[in-house]
Amino acid sequence: MSLTTTPTGPGRAGTAVPPAQPTALGPTGGSGVGSVPGRETVRQRRSGRDAAVTATGALALVGVVATVWLGLWVTPPDRFMGNLVRLLYIHPSIAWVMYVCYGVAFLASLLYLWPRTRSLRFDKLAGASSEVGVVFTGLTLVTGSIWGRPTWGVWWTWDPLLTTTALLFVLYLGYLAVRRIPGEPEVCARRSAIAALVAFVDVPICYFSVLWWRSLHQAPTVADPITGKTYVHGSMAWTLLLSFVTFTLVYVWLVARRYRLFVLAEREGDEGLALAIEERRAESLQGHA
Amino acid sequence: MWRDALLVAGKDLRIEARSKVGLGQVVPFALVVVLLFGLALGPAAGRGSVLSLAAPGLYWVAVLLATVLAVQRSFAIEALDGASDGLKLSGLDPAGIFVGKAAAVCGQLLALEVVLAGAVALLYDRHLAGGLLLVASCVAATVGLVSVGTIYGVVSSGTRQRETLLPLLFFPMVAPILLAATKAWDAALAGTPGRGAGWLDVLAVFAVAYLAMGTVAFGPLLEDA
Repeated sequence: MSLTTTPTGPGRAGTAVPPAQPTALGPTGGSGVGSVPGRETVRQRRSGRDAAVTATGALALVGVVATVWLGLWVTPPDRFMGNLVRLLYIHPSIAWVMYVCYGVAFLASLLYLWPRTRSLRFDKLAGASSEVGVVFTGLTLVTGSIWGRPTWGVWWTWDPLLTTTALLFVLYLGYLAVRRIPGEPEVCARRSAIAALVAFVDVPICYFSVLWWRSLHQAPTVADPITGKTYVHGSMAWTLLLSFVTFTLVYVWLVARRYRLFVLAEREGDEGLALAIEERRAESLQGHA
Repeated sequence: MWRDALLVAGKDLRIEARSKVGLGQVVPFALVVVLLFGLALGPAAGRGSVLSLAAPGLYWVAVLLATVLAVQRSFAIEALDGASDGLKLSGLDPAGIFVGKAAAVCGQLLALEVVLAGAVALLYDRHLAGGLLLVASCVAATVGLVSVGTIYGVVSSGTRQRETLLPLLFFPMVAPILLAATKAWDAALAGTPGRGAGWLDVLAVFAVAYLAMGTVAFGPLLEDA
């Protein structure tokens, strides 16, 4: 087993993509002879990874608390929008995370389809990331709607960004439905990866077609990319920046946890079957005795 | 590839000619939808009424609903008697199978669109002006619709939830087609075809993009189905 020679330590465990799950039952079954040191190493490695995930979660929590405090108490109200400006500290950062989610899901699907990097790890990552993405799309729509009501006077408007976001929401709900089609893991993964690519290609087409249709959403006004001038200053700028970092951490933590859940569910599927067979066998032996 | 496509399209159209499911069920269904819109938004007809103004949009929603049925039918004929295994083992080029199946559905839908356009003109009292733009947008939109439909048709065909899965996947995906086709028809019927030319481009982009995607993706998807 190559596991015993793999270097351990929490150093490389900070990413959202944990290495392969070598603890899943091998073809030899439970009590292989050489598996004891390997298991130790794996346990150490996993505890390092778990610590990194927990640390990310703790950092994210601290960030959320700090964002709430800064956003609600420290920063001043806006000259034009008053207290409504405080939505600035959640709505753009949630929308940012939404794009990160779908971007990661798209890249992971591409990596899965590419024969050299084909690994079910990327399938799980795509699944975890897009699931989080759907949640954040819902949050983007809700926070945007809450912001839109007092500033534009309507809960909803058929603006390109809003319409595209709503379509994204249903599009990826469909993708999640494809993921749930039962079947062999490889078959499901390939089907899901293709569905993710197809959905992703649709997004720009949606956006530009609706852009033509009508337009009202404010263009991004945090910074002007041409003049390099920023429009948000002082404590507001820092809070905005903090919110982006915070929500990104929340994303990393959620995806890591969801990924782990995929791995555990897979293990339950494998080991649960073996366990059930053992139990039935024990029952029948008892019956004979 | 093209020979295989012709073969598959010919087979599907022959099955349709013999079973007449499209003619006997899909076309009447689309007409029922047109009638239902009349009941929901009527009873007033004539210039300026809601029905007359909304006619292009209602027409395309009816086409979208009929497309789902046509695509489901196209894969239902492969579901029985191990036909899908036969298709996989036939050695035909998967891209050809994709183009063939899409072309067969496309042909049926174009025929349906002619009937439906007549019904809309009659029942919603809209004069069908701007003939060339109408026809061109119909062709471009239908190619896009059946491309997406055929990709997702094969994804959902092997599953037990195909009736519910296909519409969920299909409708969000073709939202840009609905938008662009409605706008193109709006412009054509209003007698200002110049406004619709840009929308025709959108339809063409969509059709080409998804036709290309389908020819690439259909092989692996068919294997798995």
